[in-house]
Amino acid sequence: MIQNKDLIQYILGISDNAMILGQRLGELCGHGPNLETDIALTNISLDLFGQTRSYLQYAAKLKDDGSTEDDMAYLRKEHEYKNVLLVEQPNTDFAYVIVRQFLFDVYHLLFLEQLSESKDQQLSAIATKSIKEVKYHVRFSGDWVKRLGDGTKESHNRIQAAIDILYPYTNEFFEASEVEKLAMSSEIGVNVQDLKTEYLKLVTQLLTEATLTFPEQVYFLSGGKQGKHTEYMGFILADFQYMQRTYPNMSW
Amino acid sequence: MAKNWPLWEVFVRSKNGLEHRHFGSLHAADATMALENARDVYTRRNEGVSIWVVESKNITASNPENNGELFEPAQDKVYRHPTFYDLPDEVKHM
Repeated sequence: MIQNKDLIQYILGISDNAMILGQRLGELCGHGPNLETDIALTNISLDLFGQTRSYLQYAAKLKDDGSTEDDMAYLRKEHEYKNVLLVEQPNTDFAYVIVRQFLFDVYHLLFLEQLSESKDQQLSAIATKSIKEVKYHVRFSGDWVKRLGDGTKESHNRIQAAIDILYPYTNEFFEASEVEKLAMSSEIGVNVQDLKTEYLKLVTQLLTEATLTFPEQVYFLSGGKQGKHTEYMGFILADFQYMQRTYPNMSW
Repeated sequence: MAKNWPLWEVFVRSKNGLEHRHFGSLHAADATMALENARDVYTRRNEGVSIWVVESKNITASNPENNGELFEPAQDKVYRHPTFYDLPDEVKHM
Protein backbone atom coordinates (compact mmCIF):
# COMPACT_ATOMS: atom_id res chain seq x y z
CA MET A 1 0.00 0.00 0.00
CA ILE A 2 1.41 3.38 -1.00
CA GLN A 3 1.91 5.93 1.77
CA ASN A 4 0.11 9.27 1.68
CA LYS A 5 3.29 11.29 1.26
CA ASP A 6 4.22 9.27 -1.84
CA LEU A 7 0.72 9.46 -3.24
CA ILE A 8 0.84 13.25 -2.82
CA GLN A 9 4.12 13.34 -4.75
CA TYR A 10 2.57 11.18 -7.44
CA ILE A 11 -0.39 13.54 -7.74
CA LEU A 12 1.89 16.59 -7.89
CA GLY A 13 3.75 15.01 -10.79
CA ILE A 14 0.51 14.77 -12.74
CA SER A 15 -0.90 18.14 -11.77
CA ASP A 16 2.35 20.07 -12.31
CA ASN A 17 2.35 18.99 -15.97
CA ALA A 18 -1.12 20.46 -16.42
CA MET A 19 -0.37 23.53 -14.30
CA ILE A 20 2.90 24.61 -15.91
CA LEU A 21 1.61 24.01 -19.43
CA GLY A 22 -1.53 25.94 -18.46
CA GLN A 23 0.67 28.80 -17.26
CA ARG A 24 2.66 28.78 -20.52
CA LEU A 25 -0.58 28.97 -22.51
CA GLY A 26 -1.90 31.65 -20.18
CA GLU A 27 1.08 33.83 -21.13
CA LEU A 28 -0.37 33.90 -24.63
CA CYS A 29 -3.68 35.41 -23.54
CA GLY A 30 -4.09 38.53 -25.67
CA HIS A 31 -1.04 37.57 -27.76
CA GLY A 32 -2.42 34.78 -29.96
CA PRO A 33 -1.92 35.06 -33.72
CA ASN A 34 -5.59 36.02 -34.09
CA LEU A 35 -8.67 36.35 -31.89
CA GLU A 36 -9.98 32.84 -32.59
CA THR A 37 -6.70 31.05 -31.86
CA ASP A 38 -6.07 33.24 -28.84
CA ILE A 39 -9.38 32.14 -27.32
CA ALA A 40 -8.75 28.51 -28.24
CA LEU A 41 -5.36 28.44 -26.49
CA THR A 42 -6.73 30.21 -23.44
CA ASN A 43 -9.59 27.69 -23.30
CA ILE A 44 -7.07 24.87 -23.24
CA SER A 45 -5.18 26.69 -20.50
CA LEU A 46 -8.37 26.95 -18.43
CA ASP A 47 -9.12 23.25 -18.96
CA LEU A 48 -5.66 22.43 -17.64
CA PHE A 49 -6.05 24.70 -14.61
CA GLY A 50 -9.42 23.10 -13.89
CA GLN A 51 -7.76 19.70 -13.85
CA THR A 52 -4.93 21.06 -11.71
CA ARG A 53 -7.42 22.28 -9.12
CA SER A 54 -9.06 18.87 -8.84
CA TYR A 55 -5.70 17.18 -8.30
CA LEU A 56 -4.42 19.77 -5.84
CA GLN A 57 -7.62 19.82 -3.79
CA TYR A 58 -7.24 16.07 -3.46
CA ALA A 59 -3.53 16.35 -2.60
CA ALA A 60 -4.27 19.03 0.02
CA LYS A 61 -6.92 16.79 1.56
CA LEU A 62 -4.46 13.89 1.75
CA LYS A 63 -1.84 16.15 3.30
CA ASP A 64 -4.31 16.95 6.07
CA ASP A 65 -2.25 19.68 7.77
CA GLY A 66 -4.43 22.65 6.85
CA SER A 67 -2.73 23.13 3.47
CA THR A 68 -4.94 24.42 0.68
CA GLU A 69 -4.79 23.96 -3.07
CA ASP A 70 -3.25 27.45 -3.29
CA ASP A 71 -0.42 26.49 -0.92
CA MET A 72 0.26 23.45 -3.04
CA ALA A 73 0.20 25.45 -6.26
CA TYR A 74 2.09 28.58 -5.29
CA LEU A 75 4.31 28.02 -2.30
CA ARG A 76 6.72 25.33 -3.38
CA LYS A 77 10.33 25.86 -4.37
CA GLU A 78 11.52 25.20 -7.89
CA HIS A 79 12.94 21.73 -7.19
CA GLU A 80 9.64 20.71 -5.58
CA TYR A 81 7.77 21.04 -8.88
CA LYS A 82 7.73 17.69 -10.66
CA ASN A 83 6.51 18.52 -14.17
CA VAL A 84 8.30 17.12 -17.21
CA LEU A 85 10.70 19.47 -18.98
CA LEU A 86 8.63 19.65 -22.17
CA VAL A 87 5.79 21.68 -20.66
CA GLU A 88 8.07 24.45 -19.37
CA GLN A 89 9.65 25.13 -22.78
CA PRO A 90 9.01 28.69 -24.00
CA ASN A 91 6.47 30.10 -26.47
CA THR A 92 9.21 30.75 -29.01
CA ASP A 93 6.73 31.07 -31.85
CA PHE A 94 3.35 29.62 -32.82
CA ALA A 95 4.98 26.46 -34.21
CA TYR A 96 6.64 25.78 -30.84
CA VAL A 97 3.35 26.37 -29.02
CA ILE A 98 1.58 23.87 -31.27
CA VAL A 99 4.30 21.22 -31.24
CA ARG A 100 4.71 21.40 -27.45
CA GLN A 101 0.96 21.07 -27.13
CA PHE A 102 0.66 18.20 -29.57
CA LEU A 103 3.56 16.19 -28.13
CA PHE A 104 2.05 16.60 -24.67
CA ASP A 105 -1.62 16.10 -25.63
CA VAL A 106 -1.07 12.70 -27.23
CA TYR A 107 0.77 11.50 -24.14
CA HIS A 108 -1.76 13.15 -21.82
CA LEU A 109 -4.70 11.33 -23.40
CA LEU A 110 -2.98 7.92 -23.27
CA PHE A 111 -1.99 8.60 -19.67
CA LEU A 112 -5.50 9.65 -18.56
CA GLU A 113 -7.10 6.65 -20.27
CA GLN A 114 -4.95 4.44 -18.04
CA LEU A 115 -5.41 6.61 -14.96
CA SER A 116 -9.18 6.31 -15.33
CA GLU A 117 -8.68 2.62 -14.44
CA SER A 118 -6.82 3.50 -11.25
CA LYS A 119 -7.79 1.79 -8.01
CA ASP A 120 -7.81 5.25 -6.43
CA GLN A 121 -11.39 6.39 -7.03
CA GLN A 122 -10.62 10.07 -6.82
CA LEU A 123 -7.85 9.91 -9.43
CA SER A 124 -9.97 7.69 -11.61
CA ALA A 125 -12.83 10.21 -11.46
CA ILE A 126 -10.60 13.20 -12.28
CA ALA A 127 -9.09 11.29 -15.20
CA THR A 128 -12.48 10.27 -16.57
CA LYS A 129 -13.69 13.86 -16.47
CA SER A 130 -10.50 15.23 -18.05
CA ILE A 131 -10.44 12.78 -20.96
CA LYS A 132 -13.18 14.66 -22.86
CA GLU A 133 -11.27 17.92 -22.57
CA VAL A 134 -7.99 16.38 -23.64
CA LYS A 135 -9.57 14.66 -26.65
CA TYR A 136 -10.38 18.12 -27.93
CA HIS A 137 -6.84 19.33 -27.17
CA VAL A 138 -5.39 16.52 -29.29
CA ARG A 139 -7.76 17.37 -32.09
CA PHE A 140 -6.90 21.08 -31.95
CA SER A 141 -3.13 20.69 -31.80
CA GLY A 142 -3.10 17.77 -34.27
CA ASP A 143 -5.07 19.78 -36.82
CA TRP A 144 -2.63 22.65 -36.50
CA VAL A 145 0.40 20.35 -36.89
CA LYS A 146 -1.12 19.16 -40.17
CA ARG A 147 -1.94 22.68 -41.33
CA LEU A 148 1.52 24.04 -40.61
CA GLY A 149 3.41 20.94 -41.77
CA ASP A 150 1.51 20.61 -45.01
CA GLY A 151 1.04 24.38 -45.43
CA THR A 152 3.56 26.74 -46.97
CA LYS A 153 7.31 26.20 -47.22
CA GLU A 154 7.87 28.61 -44.38
CA SER A 155 5.27 27.06 -42.05
CA HIS A 156 6.71 23.61 -42.84
CA ASN A 157 10.27 24.69 -42.03
CA ARG A 158 9.27 26.43 -38.84
CA ILE A 159 7.23 23.58 -37.42
CA GLN A 160 9.92 21.06 -38.39
CA ALA A 161 12.42 23.23 -36.49
CA ALA A 162 10.15 23.17 -33.43
CA ILE A 163 9.87 19.37 -33.63
CA ASP A 164 13.65 19.02 -33.85
CA ILE A 165 14.05 21.09 -30.68
CA LEU A 166 11.13 19.70 -28.64
CA TYR A 167 11.12 16.01 -29.56
CA PRO A 168 14.15 15.26 -27.31
CA TYR A 169 11.98 16.12 -24.28
CA THR A 170 9.38 13.44 -25.00
CA ASN A 171 11.17 10.36 -23.72
CA GLU A 172 10.91 11.67 -20.16
CA PHE A 173 7.19 10.82 -20.21
CA PHE A 174 8.08 7.14 -20.26
CA GLU A 175 10.91 7.12 -17.70
CA ALA A 176 9.15 6.08 -14.49
CA SER A 177 10.29 7.97 -11.39
CA GLU A 178 10.48 6.32 -7.96
CA VAL A 179 7.01 7.52 -6.93
CA GLU A 180 5.59 6.51 -10.26
CA LYS A 181 6.94 2.99 -9.68
CA LEU A 182 5.44 2.95 -6.17
CA ALA A 183 2.07 4.16 -7.43
CA MET A 184 2.19 1.64 -10.26
CA SER A 185 2.90 -1.29 -7.95
CA SER A 186 -0.11 -0.35 -5.79
CA GLU A 187 -2.28 -0.31 -8.94
CA ILE A 188 -2.97 3.38 -8.40
CA GLY A 189 -0.53 4.78 -10.91
CA VAL A 190 -0.05 4.38 -14.64
CA ASN A 191 2.67 2.19 -16.13
CA VAL A 192 4.18 4.98 -18.23
CA GLN A 193 6.72 2.75 -19.96
CA ASP A 194 3.86 0.85 -21.54
CA LEU A 195 2.52 3.99 -23.23
CA LYS A 196 5.61 4.56 -25.36
CA THR A 197 4.87 2.23 -28.30
CA GLU A 198 1.35 3.56 -28.78
CA TYR A 199 2.56 7.16 -28.34
CA LEU A 200 5.22 6.86 -31.01
CA LYS A 201 2.76 5.16 -33.34
CA LEU A 202 0.15 7.92 -32.98
CA VAL A 203 2.62 10.78 -33.24
CA THR A 204 4.45 9.26 -36.21
CA GLN A 205 1.16 8.70 -38.02
CA LEU A 206 0.18 12.32 -37.73
CA LEU A 207 3.63 13.69 -38.51
CA THR A 208 3.75 11.58 -41.67
CA GLU A 209 0.37 12.94 -42.69
CA ALA A 210 1.74 16.43 -42.06
CA THR A 211 4.86 15.69 -44.19
CA LEU A 212 7.04 16.06 -41.09
CA THR A 213 9.65 13.80 -39.50
CA PHE A 214 11.36 13.15 -36.19
CA PRO A 215 15.01 14.20 -35.97
CA GLU A 216 17.35 11.27 -36.58
CA GLN A 217 20.06 11.73 -33.99
CA VAL A 218 18.43 12.42 -30.66
CA TYR A 219 19.94 12.97 -27.24
CA PHE A 220 16.93 12.72 -24.94
CA LEU A 221 16.64 15.15 -22.03
CA SER A 222 14.96 14.57 -18.69
CA GLY A 223 15.07 15.59 -15.04
CA GLY A 224 11.82 17.45 -14.44
CA LYS A 225 10.25 14.51 -12.62
CA GLN A 226 13.14 14.73 -10.15
CA GLY A 227 12.73 18.49 -9.81
CA LYS A 228 15.75 19.34 -11.98
CA HIS A 229 14.39 21.91 -14.37
CA THR A 230 15.57 23.88 -17.37
CA GLU A 231 16.62 27.52 -17.17
CA TYR A 232 13.05 28.62 -17.99
CA MET A 233 11.39 27.26 -14.87
CA GLY A 234 12.55 29.98 -12.48
CA PHE A 235 11.12 32.68 -14.71
CA ILE A 236 7.79 30.88 -14.97
CA LEU A 237 7.59 30.59 -11.18
CA ALA A 238 8.57 34.23 -10.67
CA ASP A 239 5.47 35.20 -12.63
CA PHE A 240 3.30 32.42 -11.32
CA GLN A 241 4.07 32.87 -7.62
CA TYR A 242 4.32 36.65 -7.59
CA MET A 243 0.90 37.41 -6.09
CA GLN A 244 1.07 34.82 -3.31
CA ARG A 245 4.65 35.70 -2.42
CA THR A 246 3.99 39.44 -2.39
CA TYR A 247 0.58 39.36 -0.72
CA PRO A 248 0.60 36.15 1.35
CA ASN A 249 -2.79 34.45 1.66
CA MET A 250 -4.44 36.86 -0.73
CA SER A 251 -7.46 35.55 -2.57
CA TRP A 252 -9.66 36.92 -5.35
CA MET B 1 -2.80 35.32 -51.30
CA ALA B 2 -5.43 37.05 -49.19
CA LYS B 3 -4.02 38.44 -45.98
CA ASN B 4 -7.04 37.55 -43.88
CA TRP B 5 -8.85 34.26 -43.62
CA PRO B 6 -12.38 34.35 -45.05
CA LEU B 7 -15.30 35.30 -42.85
CA TRP B 8 -17.77 32.66 -41.63
CA GLU B 9 -21.21 33.01 -40.06
CA VAL B 10 -21.89 30.85 -37.02
CA PHE B 11 -25.26 29.32 -36.11
CA VAL B 12 -25.70 27.57 -32.77
CA ARG B 13 -28.52 25.38 -31.50
CA SER B 14 -28.70 26.07 -27.77
CA LYS B 15 -30.57 22.88 -26.99
CA ASN B 16 -32.29 20.01 -28.69
CA GLY B 17 -35.70 20.96 -30.04
CA LEU B 18 -34.77 24.57 -30.69
CA GLU B 19 -33.64 25.95 -34.02
CA HIS B 20 -30.10 27.08 -34.84
CA ARG B 21 -29.70 30.81 -34.25
CA HIS B 22 -27.19 33.22 -35.67
CA PHE B 23 -24.54 33.82 -33.01
CA GLY B 24 -21.97 35.90 -34.84
CA SER B 25 -19.08 35.57 -37.24
CA LEU B 26 -15.41 34.69 -37.19
CA HIS B 27 -12.40 34.15 -39.45
CA ALA B 28 -11.11 30.71 -40.44
CA ALA B 29 -9.10 29.16 -43.27
CA ASP B 30 -11.65 26.44 -44.01
CA ALA B 31 -14.82 24.78 -42.72
CA THR B 32 -13.05 22.47 -40.25
CA MET B 33 -11.21 25.37 -38.66
CA ALA B 34 -14.39 27.45 -38.69
CA LEU B 35 -16.19 24.76 -36.66
CA GLU B 36 -13.36 24.49 -34.15
CA ASN B 37 -13.08 28.24 -33.82
CA ALA B 38 -16.84 28.52 -33.39
CA ARG B 39 -16.70 25.91 -30.65
CA ASP B 40 -14.04 27.93 -28.84
CA VAL B 41 -15.43 31.40 -29.42
CA TYR B 42 -19.17 30.83 -29.05
CA THR B 43 -19.82 27.69 -26.98
CA ARG B 44 -17.24 27.80 -24.21
CA ARG B 45 -19.87 28.80 -21.66
CA ASN B 46 -22.08 25.86 -22.43
CA GLU B 47 -24.21 27.70 -24.99
CA GLY B 48 -24.81 24.97 -27.49
CA VAL B 49 -25.34 21.40 -28.62
CA SER B 50 -24.85 21.86 -32.35
CA ILE B 51 -23.02 24.29 -34.62
CA TRP B 52 -23.44 25.23 -38.27
CA VAL B 53 -20.93 27.38 -40.10
CA VAL B 54 -21.34 28.90 -43.52
CA GLU B 55 -18.94 31.13 -45.38
CA SER B 56 -20.38 34.65 -45.32
CA LYS B 57 -19.98 35.13 -49.07
CA ASN B 58 -22.51 32.33 -49.62
CA ILE B 59 -25.27 34.28 -47.93
CA THR B 60 -27.56 36.35 -50.14
CA ALA B 61 -28.97 39.26 -48.19
CA SER B 62 -31.91 41.50 -48.91
CA ASN B 63 -31.07 45.09 -49.74
CA PRO B 64 -32.04 47.58 -46.99
CA GLU B 65 -33.01 50.05 -49.73
CA ASN B 66 -35.89 47.74 -50.63
CA ASN B 67 -37.22 47.53 -47.10
CA GLY B 68 -40.24 49.64 -47.99
CA GLU B 69 -41.67 47.32 -50.59
CA LEU B 70 -40.46 44.17 -48.87
CA PHE B 71 -41.56 44.65 -45.30
CA GLU B 72 -43.78 47.65 -44.72
CA PRO B 73 -46.93 46.21 -46.34
CA ALA B 74 -46.96 43.56 -43.57
CA GLN B 75 -47.04 46.11 -40.77
CA ASP B 76 -50.78 46.85 -40.76
CA LYS B 77 -52.00 43.28 -41.22
CA VAL B 78 -52.52 42.33 -37.63
CA TYR B 79 -54.87 39.49 -38.63
CA ARG B 80 -51.83 37.55 -39.87
CA HIS B 81 -50.59 37.12 -36.29
CA PRO B 82 -51.93 34.22 -34.21
CA THR B 83 -52.51 36.61 -31.30
CA PHE B 84 -56.19 35.76 -30.91
CA TYR B 85 -55.48 32.31 -29.48
CA ASP B 86 -54.84 31.47 -25.83
CA LEU B 87 -51.62 29.53 -25.63
CA PRO B 88 -51.47 26.74 -23.04
CA ASP B 89 -48.62 27.21 -20.55
CA GLU B 90 -47.02 23.95 -21.69
CA VAL B 91 -46.26 25.41 -25.12
CA LYS B 92 -42.91 27.09 -24.86
CA HIS B 93 -40.73 28.97 -27.34
CA MET B 94 -43.61 30.48 -29.34
